[in-house]
Amino acid sequence: MNDATEIRDAGEMSDPIIKFDKVVKRFGDHVVLDELDFEVQRGEKVTIIGPSGSGKSTVLRILMTLEPINDGVVYVGGQPLWHQWRGDELIPAGEPHLREMRSHMGMVFQQFNLFPHMTVLRNLTEAPVQVLGINKAEAKKRGMELLEMVGLADQASKYPHQLSGGQQQRVGIARALAMRPKVMLFDEPTSALDPELVGEVLNVIRSLADEHDLTMLLVTHEMHFARQVSDRICFFDQGRIKEQGKPEDIFTAPKEERTKAFLKAVLDPDD
Amino acid sequence: MFFGIEWDTSSQWAFAVSIFPILLHGLVITLEATVVGFFIALALGLVLAALKSAPTRFIRWPAKLLTEFIRDTPLLIQLFFLFYVLPEFGLTLPAFLTGALALGVQYSAYTSEVYRGGLEAVASGQREAARALNLAPARTFTHIILPQAIPRIIPALGNYLVSIMKDVPVLGVVTVLEMLGVARIIGDRTGGYLIPLTMVGGIYLILTIIASLGVRYLDTHLPKRGLSLK
Repeated sequence: MNDATEIRDAGEMSDPIIKFDKVVKRFGDHVVLDELDFEVQRGEKVTIIGPSGSGKSTVLRILMTLEPINDGVVYVGGQPLWHQWRGDELIPAGEPHLREMRSHMGMVFQQFNLFPHMTVLRNLTEAPVQVLGINKAEAKKRGMELLEMVGLADQASKYPHQLSGGQQQRVGIARALAMRPKVMLFDEPTSALDPELVGEVLNVIRSLADEHDLTMLLVTHEMHFARQVSDRICFFDQGRIKEQGKPEDIFTAPKEERTKAFLKAVLDPDD
Repeated sequence: MFFGIEWDTSSQWAFAVSIFPILLHGLVITLEATVVGFFIALALGLVLAALKSAPTRFIRWPAKLLTEFIRDTPLLIQLFFLFYVLPEFGLTLPAFLTGALALGVQYSAYTSEVYRGGLEAVASGQREAARALNLAPARTFTHIILPQAIPRIIPALGNYLVSIMKDVPVLGVVTVLEMLGVARIIGDRTGGYLIPLTMVGGIYLILTIIASLGVRYLDTHLPKRGLSLK
């Protein structure tokens, strides 16, 4: 370990758990993230809102290492995510580093993405057994506890297609939690659900929000819910944070015209 | 007389009954060529599919080109190449093996596309979920992707098995004595083609129907719990 490493390690506890430093993400000519600066503190619950195409989901997908970045640096827990140190130089990260970094994050997908050929319980035990090396009995016990938590213990031996969308998404949340992530990423978790099933999923997320240590990053169109559970709201527009602040400030007294227009459109769609 | 079996030309019915065991001798060859050709197609197709999804285009492109070449040229040309050209380079294979190999090579172009299509049909979200859970790439392939791809792949492969069986008569041109060839020889020697050829057609029809039922059975009984295959 050289000096630079020690200084970085020493600073880790007070550092934000997530830090985007002038991150650029492009899809072809389209700039999705435009030199984005963005920080999340340990245990913080942050909701990202904004029009579609504003780069909200991309932020989560970059953190989950599903989408590489074109420029800038992303830090998770003080460590660069898409880079690794060689001496004092940042070089593109190799798979072992990405694998290590990925273990800090859990993701809940809009389309659930449960493994359809596995039972609900097997969905929850596959990765803990294969990746974390937990023995099967222990993984099942822990899986059942998580199913208990999301209210689906009685569905453990069913296959995903036998469940409602809301139930599937609750399994999706439990599956991500089974890997004991420090950061939970929710990518529009209720957008694919019938309206009457949204509540049960939000209730599970709400109960997670009470966990002090868990950092949560949520992309959603459920504004009332975002207001209840978030410590901070970030309004994304054209690949940048246009405005951010406490939920009550953003929702009741937005400063930016873009924010006002967006909130008006989503909160009073009938006007 | 053929295969040591005499035919009885006293009546048409007696003729048909007497040549049936002779045709069955040919049928055995037909089925053997089908099975051997099919297994070559399965294995070679897998290799082609892997090459066609290789990370570098220097492997991908030649593999795609080869697939295209195989698909766009008649089976007969490939058969002639294997049978007449390879010996010029000192490699002489028995006629049966040459024929089965030609069938296998021809159909590997199709099976490779079946594999590729089956794998690509698995939703990208499955790979993303596996990655998010940090499952190793090999584990993801064997336990997440393959189990979802196989129920799509097997029925399609079954259809090619039937196609191979119907292409076996082509091997007659390189002296493989399969069922249709046997029927033709019976016709040559007795002067009556109608009955042997009709019987071969009938046997093919029955085999194809059985095979189709088999494919349909597989389609409904494969382990695809939870998979919707639309």
